[in-house]
Amino acid sequence: MIEIKNINKSFDGKQVLFNIDGNFKPGQTNLIIGASGTGKSVLLKTIVGLIEPDEGSVIFDGRNFTQGDRQLRTEIRQEIGMLFQGGALFDSKNVEENVRFPLDMLSNMPEDEKLDRVNFCLQRVGLENVNLKMPSEISGGMKKRVGIARAIVNNSKYLFCDEPNSGLDPQTAILIDHLIREITYEYNITTIVVTHDMNSVIEIGDHILFVFKGQNLWEGTKNDILDADVKELKDFIYANRLMLALKEKG
Amino acid sequence: MRSIGKYFMFLRLLFVNRESIRTYIRLIFDESIKIGVNSVFIVVIISVFIGAVTAIQTAYNLVSPLIKEYIIGTIVRDMTIIELAPTITAIVFAGKVGSNIAGELGTMRITEQVDALEVMGVNSASYLVLPKIIASIITYPMLVTLAGFLSIWGGYVAGTLTGVVTPEDYIYGIRIDFIEFNIVMALIKAVVFAFLVSSISSFQGYYTRGGALEVGIASTTAVTNSCIAILLADYLLAQLLV
Repeated sequence: MIEIKNINKSFDGKQVLFNIDGNFKPGQTNLIIGASGTGKSVLLKTIVGLIEPDEGSVIFDGRNFTQGDRQLRTEIRQEIGMLFQGGALFDSKNVEENVRFPLDMLSNMPEDEKLDRVNFCLQRVGLENVNLKMPSEISGGMKKRVGIARAIVNNSKYLFCDEPNSGLDPQTAILIDHLIREITYEYNITTIVVTHDMNSVIEIGDHILFVFKGQNLWEGTKNDILDADVKELKDFIYANRLMLALKEKG
Repeated sequence: MRSIGKYFMFLRLLFVNRESIRTYIRLIFDESIKIGVNSVFIVVIISVFIGAVTAIQTAYNLVSPLIKEYIIGTIVRDMTIIELAPTITAIVFAGKVGSNIAGELGTMRITEQVDALEVMGVNSASYLVLPKIIASIITYPMLVTLAGFLSIWGGYVAGTLTGVVTPEDYIYGIRIDFIEFNIVMALIKAVVFAFLVSSISSFQGYYTRGGALEVGIASTTAVTNSCIAILLADYLLAQLLV
């Protein structure tokens, strides 16, 4: 489980996160949602330690990451897998080398076992015969899948996804959402997904945290969200005409 | 001053929580090919022409009949070894390798590849930058040595083909009053310049923020700052070593 307590963050005197608290349980897809520029990605980067909070702490299964020493932080980071918005695949490495990278850096596995694990993860995300392709030779959706394979190859306990379906067509976006959910359930991972896509919310939102102007305004599940009585959340959900039409139809 | 302080903090970061030596060996080998071998062509072209031009210009300025022609070879040799091979090649090295390093790291930064390394618990600065610096320090003195030989050979070819010096005089000129320490001085300069170009360019690239425009700015700044650092270091080394 990941707990975040009283997270505050400012940049150049402008506060972007205000006293954010939250608990993210394993085996369910936890979503952080909100409009663009509201602080979702900053919150995610603060949780994984790419940004240091001004105040507050992030606790991974009882281990305080924020106040931990370098050894503890490295240990926790080695249990983290992250899917970045653009995939963040290493341009100079092919698909296989990208997925194998965490094993090369963090494990003492023999080479043949590494290859088996890489192939297993690529198959798990629905990719075959792409091992030798370079990132520039594959589509956006495939990059996301390779990113997911890289994130889970090291048996990560925590999976973070930053806008996993941005820039993808609706069908591929849903495939990626389902893949994230399946992997979360299958391996009992603590997954946190940052998104502003309402399709994702309805598809995979087991636990949702709504962030507005750096504040946690609402928490609940996909079953509660359409009935939530928070004006800012309603504005966010029903900014989409499709959602509005669905609401009017009852 | 803040940037200089940040630069030294960055250098310290390269050695904190670094990866295994085995990881670096493979990376250093790859970077040596990218940085060293891929720079051979431009170094060959530049050094041959620098030697040729130095020989012709020296001959053109030798107006006194009291000065023997073999001095052309001596001047080409000393200018090449002390100054032209390490320094002019370093300026070219900064333009080619420095801009490449800054562009590569800057692109990795803005496409979150550096963040991906950090999230995995890898010291991204050490993993990405240290092999580039070590590869530069290994390969650049080799390039300077090659540049020195080719420059002197360029002077020989240009001088003898144009008839401004005979082959015998040129060979005599490059052998007379030879000071071995000049070679040591050239290699010391080469190591210092290689370190400056690779570390300054890496620093500029690693801390790039923004988008494609900023990557371009980082590359330009890397080359400008590297050239300034090379010239300053050249002056200081001349004071210290001569």
